[in-house]
Amino acid sequence: MKNIISLRDIVVEFDDEDGARILKEINLDIGDKEFVTLLGPSGCGKTTTLRVIGGFITPNSGKVLFEGKEINDLPPHKRNVNTVFQRYALFPHLNVYDNIAFGLRVQKVPEKEITKRVGEMLELVNLMGYEKRSVQRLSGGQQQRVAIARALVNHPKILLLDEPLGALDLKLRKEMQIELKRIQQSLEITFIYVTHDQEEALTMSDTVVVMKDGYIQQVGSPVDIYNEPINAFVADFIGESNILGGKMIKDKLVEIRGKEFVCVDSGFGENAPVDVVIRPEDIKITTPENAQITGIVESVTFKGVHYEMIVEGFDFKWMIHSTKAANVGELIGLTFDPDDIHIMNKMDEE
Amino acid sequence: MKKRFSSVLISAPYLVWMVVFILVPLIMVGYFAFTDPEGNFTLDYVADVARYSNIFIRSVWLAAIATVVCLVIAYPLAFILTRMSKNRQSTMLMIVMLPMWMNFLLRTYAWMALLGNNGIINSLLGLIGIGPFKMLNTQGAVVLGMVYNYLPFMILPLYSVMTKIDKSVLEAASDLGCNSANTLFRVIIPLTVPGITSGTTMVFVPAISTFIISRMLGGGGNLLIGDLIEMQFLGNSYNPNLGASISLVLMVIILLIMTIMNQFNDDDDKVLM
Repeated sequence: MKNIISLRDIVVEFDDEDGARILKEINLDIGDKEFVTLLGPSGCGKTTTLRVIGGFITPNSGKVLFEGKEINDLPPHKRNVNTVFQRYALFPHLNVYDNIAFGLRVQKVPEKEITKRVGEMLELVNLMGYEKRSVQRLSGGQQQRVAIARALVNHPKILLLDEPLGALDLKLRKEMQIELKRIQQSLEITFIYVTHDQEEALTMSDTVVVMKDGYIQQVGSPVDIYNEPINAFVADFIGESNILGGKMIKDKLVEIRGKEFVCVDSGFGENAPVDVVIRPEDIKITTPENAQITGIVESVTFKGVHYEMIVEGFDFKWMIHSTKAANVGELIGLTFDPDDIHIMNKMDEE
Repeated sequence: MKKRFSSVLISAPYLVWMVVFILVPLIMVGYFAFTDPEGNFTLDYVADVARYSNIFIRSVWLAAIATVVCLVIAYPLAFILTRMSKNRQSTMLMIVMLPMWMNFLLRTYAWMALLGNNGIINSLLGLIGIGPFKMLNTQGAVVLGMVYNYLPFMILPLYSVMTKIDKSVLEAASDLGCNSANTLFRVIIPLTVPGITSGTTMVFVPAISTFIISRMLGGGGNLLIGDLIEMQFLGNSYNPNLGASISLVLMVIILLIMTIMNQFNDDDDKVLM
């Protein structure tokens, strides 16, 4: 797959006197027609990365390559990239039709073609019949659709989306996730999507880029990121996790709090300190006699699909997701399979 | 029912104020305009106003020039203001307001001292062998006085609409292919139309009816409507009925011009294209 955007050693610093770095040597390749999500907690630099690609921020050093050509100094209006802004940023003085037609009018596209292309877009985002409506009288979800149509009508090669679903309620957000994925697949263009919602990232993306403190932590498919997180931060950010310190005795054998467990990972060396991650849904409840670990149930919370339980035992508070509830105060047993034990290198604490 | 009574009570002082100081004077102006000194109905005075049409034209013309000059100065200034840091914005706004803390007459006298044939500017020019130029008692001096005195009334409404423009809207324009000029004409100006119309009104209306500025900076030869009205009430040619007629006509002219301005406000797409 050929790369449409490549970031090479991108550094962005604040303008103020302490010059704190927002992005620290970001290197990233984004393939053509991919749905890429930049995921991370707020302040991790994901929006800044998006703005660098859009041209709203010029990096202090490093190169932005578009199809192999450097575009560092190209202003936003000359880039073949369009953006869906966080708060939509629709033009309040224009109606739905004129908002969508805006980019085409700037390019002096003939009015007849504008009518055709805007019509296609209205159909794509399901807003037929809203042409003359003022954008200020639309619901959040409708404004969202106008913002998407306004960007896509220009046939960009890349669409940048900056937390576009953040202001919508849960149900609408789920609908729009599916909608966006459908649009991306039918138009066959690259989407670069910024979010702090891990579920959103896993649902829509071909590739997830997990960021923290201006660094990229891990790049991979949703399945890879979920099943093989590279460190405890990624594991914790992508879904709930039980993270314990441990020691790799040898390949496929790990020691946690003095007890040895068989696992499937190897290649960490002998007696190497590691982080051990076990997903809450991978822990099974059993009788204390058959268990690897026993513990006292501390709390049980109903979460809809499953119960979330905190079990105190083995000098650790275990989070467990199960469809069956135990009783608070009960002694229960916990087991997990060797391939549910994920071993990762200890994170460097900064 | 109770709620309604209390809201009437709260608005009562303002209603009284409006009736006593706005409605009654307006009715009195109308009454004097259509009556003679004996109180009989007549259209003579209103018809008489036509004799002063050249003064009307001059007033509209000078006020219009002053308004346009104010707009041209204030628009970029207000825009630059919104781009500054919050602290600098408030300092700059204070500087804009500063002349208004001084007495209007004093400010205008200062311009007389500056512009006079033996004034400060001509003296300085004389040192390098140029001039003297006749600057005082010209129409240019009147326009200058209007611009100087009324500029803050243009800057403030423009500034307040411009601060409301979301920065991301400008980024969106740039994202959709606008260079700076396109962003200005397609986004910034249409979004600031309300500020332009209210600033224009706030400069044009006092400028067209001023009499101090034209008297002091325009000499005797550049009479404006304001001077004409003043003369009917306080001057030698005491004639309140004519004065009221002129005021009434002036009011109609201002109303007409404001109606035209508001047309732009309602349909800003037309300004855009």
